[in-house]
Amino acid sequence: MSLLIKGGRVVDPANGLDGVADVLVSDGRIAKVGRGLKAPEGAHVVTATGQVVCPGLIDIHVHLREPGYEYKETIASGTRAAAAGGFTAVACMANTLPVNDNRSVTDYILAKARVEGVVRVYPIGAVTRGLKGKELAEMAELAEAGCVAFSDDGQCVMNAEIYRRAMEYALPFGAPIISHAEDEHLAHRGAMHEGFVSTELGLLGQPAAAEEVMVARDILLAELTGAHVHLAHLSTAGAVRLVREGKARGVRVTAEVTPHHLVLTDDAVREYDPNTKMAPPLRTKRDVEAVLEGLLDGTIDCIATDHAPHALSEKEGEFSECANGVVGLETAVPVLLDRLVRTGVMDLPTLVARLSSGPARLLNLPGGSLAPGAPADITVLDLERAWTVEPSRFRSRARNTPFAGWTGTGAVALTVVGGKVVTA
Amino acid sequence: MAWTRKDLVSMQDIEAAEIGEVLDTAESMKEIATREIKKVPTLRGKTVVNLFYEASTRTRTSFEIAGKWLSADVINFSASGSSAEKGESFLDTARNIEAMSPDVVVVRHKAAGGPALLARHLRCSVINAGDGAHEHPTQALLDLLTIREKKGHLEGLNVTIVGDIAHSRVARSNIYAMRRMGMTVTVAGPPTLIPPACQELGVKVSHRLEESIAHADVIMMLRLQHERMTGGFIPSLREYSRVWGLGLDRLQHCRPDVLIMHPGPVNRGIEISPEVADSQYSVILDQVTNGVAVRMAVLYLLAGGKAA
Repeated sequence: MSLLIKGGRVVDPANGLDGVADVLVSDGRIAKVGRGLKAPEGAHVVTATGQVVCPGLIDIHVHLREPGYEYKETIASGTRAAAAGGFTAVACMANTLPVNDNRSVTDYILAKARVEGVVRVYPIGAVTRGLKGKELAEMAELAEAGCVAFSDDGQCVMNAEIYRRAMEYALPFGAPIISHAEDEHLAHRGAMHEGFVSTELGLLGQPAAAEEVMVARDILLAELTGAHVHLAHLSTAGAVRLVREGKARGVRVTAEVTPHHLVLTDDAVREYDPNTKMAPPLRTKRDVEAVLEGLLDGTIDCIATDHAPHALSEKEGEFSECANGVVGLETAVPVLLDRLVRTGVMDLPTLVARLSSGPARLLNLPGGSLAPGAPADITVLDLERAWTVEPSRFRSRARNTPFAGWTGTGAVALTVVGGKVVTA
Repeated sequence: MAWTRKDLVSMQDIEAAEIGEVLDTAESMKEIATREIKKVPTLRGKTVVNLFYEASTRTRTSFEIAGKWLSADVINFSASGSSAEKGESFLDTARNIEAMSPDVVVVRHKAAGGPALLARHLRCSVINAGDGAHEHPTQALLDLLTIREKKGHLEGLNVTIVGDIAHSRVARSNIYAMRRMGMTVTVAGPPTLIPPACQELGVKVSHRLEESIAHADVIMMLRLQHERMTGGFIPSLREYSRVWGLGLDRLQHCRPDVLIMHPGPVNRGIEISPEVADSQYSVILDQVTNGVAVRMAVLYLLAGGKAA
């Protein structure tokens, strides 16, 4: 079975390509990229004139909620949301019920994904048993079963000794430890960023330092152990500075940023809308500028959505009582194309790199490239397509987005996984 | 000017003329308290629901009396012993109450933003009777009424608010309202009890009691919650009282016509000494009296105007 995507602008940062070309796929792999390619007999031909053809986008930070929280999201609905949003692969966090801290859970997730999923699913194993921060999870078996990284995301491993041991123990597996950097004492259950807006709203805030002290600690532990530490959802100017310094010193530290931390500030919380509540919280304009700068200069390696679906009942009501987190899979690409690329803040190849080759490299995933032989995971973008965010039309089971009602231009036209069109 | 608001949730966006209207209306309501038969038919047939998710005696009673003197039917709903304890969500409870067609819902909630949420979802009027550390608008209005009565005017006065500003909804509502009326506001307390970026609210910040009250026309002492010690905000009540408590000795350096206010309930001997609380400077009980008048005015302006 072959597929020919004709006449699009091929943007493939991993191979330094940016120009009009055809992409030929056969047997689930990229066969050839070039001009004037002929369609083999029986090939499915897609015309992409005026559109952008790039490596399939990869989101290394999502919560698929299955097993255990199927009322929020399932592997079926979450991967459909991913496909609709242009993502051909996702890495799912371990805070399911039961926690993905042993291989039977990993096996279950992978089996479900094979049968019900429409994009590639890479499980992330827990660092500690039950995410409790006390004893190490069985990381060797988790790695063997297919976990591509380890993280207690949602929780911060407060005990630095345990965390140090986890980093050391994981060294042979070549899989990074992903940190949710949030000092639980300093954060003291703050529902938003601590600053002028929290003062006005009378909401308990958590200071930027709650994130930064843990970023600093984890960089020092990475330096001590030689481990690769990846920092999830970097959100403060100070954290960006620490990562930049760490990288300059040669520490194996990498980082991601979410779309919402790139385009929203704590001003968005003013209406007490629980869909502006997440961890880490929305920060100030200065922080937004700093994470953007970090993303542009490569201090921040990739964009990840931290797709965190919740049921409506968990996201309506008193702000301080509502669950943390927002969905992101179906809004990330349109919002970033409109607010960053269309405004000229970031060029398209850089955005594509931060969403494909960047994350692929971090987790040693196949993909992120259109080189011949690579898996035929392809995303086609239409930079002229106008959109409005309508949560009721999400493929995700959840509706908790801070972007409801937003409009813009530039969207996903087609998502191809293993040579097969998964959304049209 | 006519009051056109549906709700009273925050003092942040209230105009000076609107505040003036409430105070003038409240002044005329005060006369009712002096009558033998304390009842006027203004809100007859109107229903006011007191929806209190947090313990309160003074504010709830004050709203209840205000409603009853205006002949409204006042129903008290407190979270304990109700469906809230059975796990019904805040919004569901509110929608159920609205289904019974009240005209005004007076809400107190421990979560900042609770009343704003109700105001967005309910068709009836919503009055914020205190939400977390956010706002307590009728408290600010009754404070302004008390100050205006005693001083004859508001503009140009210096007010110092002392104590736990960080966790105080009274401080926030007063800061917005007082600034709107042309008053100068200083907040004073240990740095742990001053919220971040407080100056941006348009107030002066002081960490020394004597200095902060030396030129004040009004000193407002806030209640210190005992749980602040376990949170690491202050070492002990003893030290707080010694450093931040207002005793007669400290009043000696103040203006002779200074007013001492307190939103209550008073911790005698902690933030304020009994001698000061009972002194000729104290207007603490006038505040309580004016609370009823201000709440009558607000109920009238929100519920009465529409029917006319």
